Amino acid sequence: MDMLANKIKTTQQSVNSAMNPLDALDRPIRLTARDVTVHYGAKQALHGISIDIPDRAVTSFIGPSGCGKSTFLRCINRMNDTIEGAKVGGTIKLDGEDIYDPSLDVVELRARIGMVFQKPNPFPKSIYDNVAYGPKIHGLARSKADLDEIVVSSLRKAGLFEEVKDRLNEPGTGLSGGQQQRLCIARAIAVGPEVILMDEPCSALDPIATAIIEELIDELRENYTIVIVTHSMQQAARVSQKTAFFHLGNLIEEGATEDIFTNPVNKQTQDYIMGRIG
Amino acid sequence: MDSLVVAGLLIVLLGLSYQTGWSRSRALATTAGVKIHSRPQYHGALLAIWTLVPALIILGAWAWVGPGITHDFIVSQIPADTLANLDQVGLNTTISRISAIASGYGVAGEIQPFEQAGGNALRSFQLISFLLVIGAAALAGGAALFYARGRISARLRARNTVERIINLVLLACSAVAILTTVGIVASLVTEAFRFFTFINPLHFFFGTVWAPNNAPTGSNYGSYGLLPLLAGTLMITAIAMLVAVPVGLMAAIYLSQYAHRRLRAVAKPIIEILAGIPTIVFGFFALVTVGPFLRDTGRLVGLSINATSALTAGVVMGIMIIPFVSSLSDDILNQVPRSLRDGAYGLGATKSETIRNVMLPAALPGIVGAFLLAVSRAIGETMIVVLAAGNSPVLRGNPFEPVATITVSIVNQLTGDTDFTGPQSLVGFALGLTLFVITLCLNVFALFIVRRFREQYE
Repeated sequence: MDMLANKIKTTQQSVNSAMNPLDALDRPIRLTARDVTVHYGAKQALHGISIDIPDRAVTSFIGPSGCGKSTFLRCINRMNDTIEGAKVGGTIKLDGEDIYDPSLDVVELRARIGMVFQKPNPFPKSIYDNVAYGPKIHGLARSKADLDEIVVSSLRKAGLFEEVKDRLNEPGTGLSGGQQQRLCIARAIAVGPEVILMDEPCSALDPIATAIIEELIDELRENYTIVIVTHSMQQAARVSQKTAFFHLGNLIEEGATEDIFTNPVNKQTQDYIMGRIG
Repeated sequence: MDSLVVAGLLIVLLGLSYQTGWSRSRALATTAGVKIHSRPQYHGALLAIWTLVPALIILGAWAWVGPGITHDFIVSQIPADTLANLDQVGLNTTISRISAIASGYGVAGEIQPFEQAGGNALRSFQLISFLLVIGAAALAGGAALFYARGRISARLRARNTVERIINLVLLACSAVAILTTVGIVASLVTEAFRFFTFINPLHFFFGTVWAPNNAPTGSNYGSYGLLPLLAGTLMITAIAMLVAVPVGLMAAIYLSQYAHRRLRAVAKPIIEILAGIPTIVFGFFALVTVGPFLRDTGRLVGLSINATSALTAGVVMGIMIIPFVSSLSDDILNQVPRSLRDGAYGLGATKSETIRNVMLPAALPGIVGAFLLAVSRAIGETMIVVLAAGNSPVLRGNPFEPVATITVSIVNQLTGDTDFTGPQSLVGFALGLTLFVITLCLNVFALFIVRRFREQYE
């Protein structure tokens, strides 16, 4: 236990030199969720989740498979709308505005809250078109030059530009897994979101690609509010400032990442971190 | 009656041999206490194969040579002086009269004594030969059973042998399909070649006049130009695709992306029922309803449309193909990975944007494949065209006029008395070969497209 905590501390210090982890909780709140429930048909997947997500920090959701962390993540940009039979209850507010308000435009919401998926899912188009797709459908670029600039700067922010600058017209599906995932991050950034949701973004990647993505997440934190679902506790400890532990559709414990990993209050959290459940 | 006896014999042999193999190998396992190589059902199956194959060979051999022997027997019953006076037709008549007397159905007219005697002899000959064959088959089966039963031992690799035989049976079944295709192609090619000994291939493939002389005098066979038929075929196919592709594709998009699960569960089978309607019914519908409707509508807007025209046949054929296109496209759209759809939604794309920009491009190779399959189907379609296209083999570009297609011309040339000695009927093979080559090229092209795009997208 001590060993793990120490290891986490050292890795965190190396990554988090820019921000004291405790500061994350002092940052303004961007998203608030209250009593969020999700039913898939007759089955209840989430039992009243309430959590605050701080601005420009990384919040991680951890927990064993099937605990509801991805389900909750998909509530935040209303991706659950696309699943037949899914019903969401409770409220989620982005900057005080209820995102489940009937008058709210889902398309606009998803432009503000971008998403990166578990499996890299570039479109069957060129690298350029993959990134340009979002700006095009939202009419963000006035001219071709504008669009070029958005594409290049998004690829730069995703740390991919140098690797692909000579082959922007080749299919995005031809890249390696890690590059594809960064392409998907660039694609999400290109729309100019405020919040980026990441659903186990490294689970299909090798350790080197994972390290690159984690570094990227740490850089993106300066400009975006990031919520990441992860299987790996080490990853949560490395990249996030705030951590929430889910178990069986309940939010068991949340707090500053360092507190959760070194001093969990709840017995179940302790057990999970020690590797006894999950 | 005879077939019942044969079937009964085979079933008895099957049951007996399987049971023997099964229990014998089991007895081995329990008494010897050794581990036997194959499970009892494999021993049973192997023994059954051993027993049935010799029996079937004998029955098959009789089915092969039996009729010839019977024929010779009947001829031998006819008195020599009568036989000498009979020509081929008379001989056949006599043989069938004797057979009819033997079967007990009786014959018309006066029965001559030798016919009655021959009938009686034939009846006993048939009975004896049948009993002999059945007996021989049973004996061969029994002997094989006895021999194979002795071979059963703990180490006999019955499982491997049975698996190999199953493998061979499956191979034989696929060989039937392949050989049939090869045989059809071979007969098409040879008969078409015979046709080309009458008609110059250049005149056939590039001729613009289709006017076969069906009652030829001397060597005046008429002209057999393919182009009017090809033009008619292509025109009707194009019209059919213009109807079927947009409607079918949009129906598929609606069903796979928009429709509620319950609506889909009802609507999809109903659309597929369209595919089950016999084409002759579609042709009837074209002739009675759609043709007059198009003609009257055309008159309203000042167009002169024939009731039987390329348009009528094409529209109805398009309707017929809709379920074909929609069902295939629906399956293909459902195969597009969910992650791609989620990716587009996650960027804030609307439903139609997601479908147009992400789903359709990803599904394109499959959709092109479906499209080309539908084209081959339209090109080969016959009944609708026979009834609704007007059968006018004249080269013209107006879809409101009657046309004729390749398939219709095959029907016209091959119905009625055909002797396959002149180009009038042999042209059917040349036309069939042309159709075959066209659809083959389309299918190869479809495969090529599908493979090429798949490489790019995966």
